[in-house]
Parts: sequence; C-alpha cells; structure tokens
Amino acid sequence: MKVLLVDDSVTMRRIQKTQIGTLGITDILEAGDGQEALEKLKANMPVDLVLLDWNMPVMDGITFLKTARADAAFKDVKIIMCTSESEKSRVVEALKSGANNYIIKPFTPEALKEKLGL
Amino acid sequence: MDVSYVNPFINATLTWVKNMVGVEAKTLAPQLKRPPFPHYDISGVIGLSGGAAGSISFGFPMQSAVAIVSKMIQAPIKEDDADLIDAIGEIVNIVAGFAKRDLTHLNLSISLPNVILSNHILAGLSGAPTIVVPFTCPLGSFAMEVSLKTN
Ligand SMILES: [Mg+2]
Repeated sequence: MKVLLVDDSVTMRRIQKTQIGTLGITDILEAGDGQEALEKLKANMPVDLVLLDWNMPVMDGITFLKTARADAAFKDVKIIMCTSESEKSRVVEALKSGANNYIIKPFTPEALKEKLGL
Repeated sequence: MDVSYVNPFINATLTWVKNMVGVEAKTLAPQLKRPPFPHYDISGVIGLSGGAAGSISFGFPMQSAVAIVSKMIQAPIKEDDADLIDAIGEIVNIVAGFAKRDLTHLNLSISLPNVILSNHILAGLSGAPTIVVPFTCPLGSFAMEVSLKTN
C-alpha cells in the first residue's frame, strides 16, 4: 500500500504519517502543494491513496483533484480530501470533482483511519 | 456588544484540542481586551475578510506551546524548532477554517497564518473590540483573541 500525503503544513503531514504508520503502512510519500503532488504521483505509480489538503500555495487541492481525475492513469487512485474547509458547498464540490471521501480537520486518529478505509 | 461570533471560534478550539491533542480544554470567561494586555511567547495570527474584517490569534507561553505541540505530533519538539512555528500556524488555520462553517452568513475568507515569536502583545484591529478567551488544559494555558468588525 502506497500513500501520498499532500498538505502545505509539515505538521499536518507529520501527524498523518504517524497515525497511518501505526497501521503498519510505511510506503508514504509527501508533497507540499498540488503541483508537487502531481509530479510525485506520476513518478511513483501505482499509488493507492492520496490524502489531500484544500488550501495550499502554487496549486490548491481542488485543482489537483480535477487534474488527477481528468487523467485515466490515475482513475484507480483513491483521493480523500482532508481539510478544515467544512462548509457543505465545499464538500459537495470535492465529491462532485471525484474525491472518494472527505475528512474534516480537526480529526481524531480513529476518524482518519475510518475515512481511509484502513 | 454582540459577541455571538466568538462562540464558533471557542467551539472550534475545544474540538481541535480534544481531537488532535487528545486532552480536554476548558475555557475561562471571555473578556473584553483592556490594558494591561496579556504577553505571549509565541502566537499564531490569521486575518479574516469578507462580510466582516478582523483577525483570530492564539497566544501561548512557550512552555504550553511546546507541550501542546509535542503531544499533537506525538514527538518532543524544541522551542527553536522550525516545525513549532509551522504547528502554531496550522493550529490557528484549522480553528479558523472549522469556525467558518458556523459563520457562513459572514462569507469569511481566511488569510495565510503568521507566527510571532519572542515576548509580545497582540494589537487588534483599530475600531473593533477584541475579545480575549483564556483556555486551560492539562498541558498548559493559552489564549485566543478574536477581533471582528462587520462591514
Ligand atoms: Mg493548507
């Protein structure tokens, strides 16, 4: 199982990495923005799961999501939005754009594992 | 004075501490900010704009910041670690983003966080009152300052 963590906050990636690591998953990649995430995704396929922040510099999460979903090569990649942008309209936009699930910061370790289906 | 807009930020803070730090925080009575202003060692500040303008900040004594962030990332952090600055910025980002959900009528946009180091006080938006909300938790105390002026 290969996981890509996309968040501009090092702290957030560190928390996610630790929590996912307790499940025995060690094949974890990181990116600080959507552009870097696309590059990491292309270079490291097959990637099983992307945990995706919304607000990031350079390329935000929703742009990454739409770009990745427009490419058939990434159709099997599970993409979970992980963001504090919790208004209903935002959730709807993410799911419509091809996100498989949505988790709201601040999350508990249990909620993260459940939403990832792990 | 209408301070109802402060409640979503209080709730978001309590939820952050419970979910991501794993302890329970308590809030003490919110106060209108008046001299002498509280001093902090490290603060995270985010600007709010849209249907209202202002800011939300968290001010910490260094000991509290180190203890809370260490627990949150499940690793000891030192006070001169660059990751401590990132963590304080992300905390205020998470709380502001989460609180927005209960303030949709204000259509708020949140800025990127700024983090202030060294002993300091926080100045609010001139013309808008600042509400100071002290919090305590088993890892230490900290304060939230919210200043918001509807357009
Ligand atoms: Mg972000």
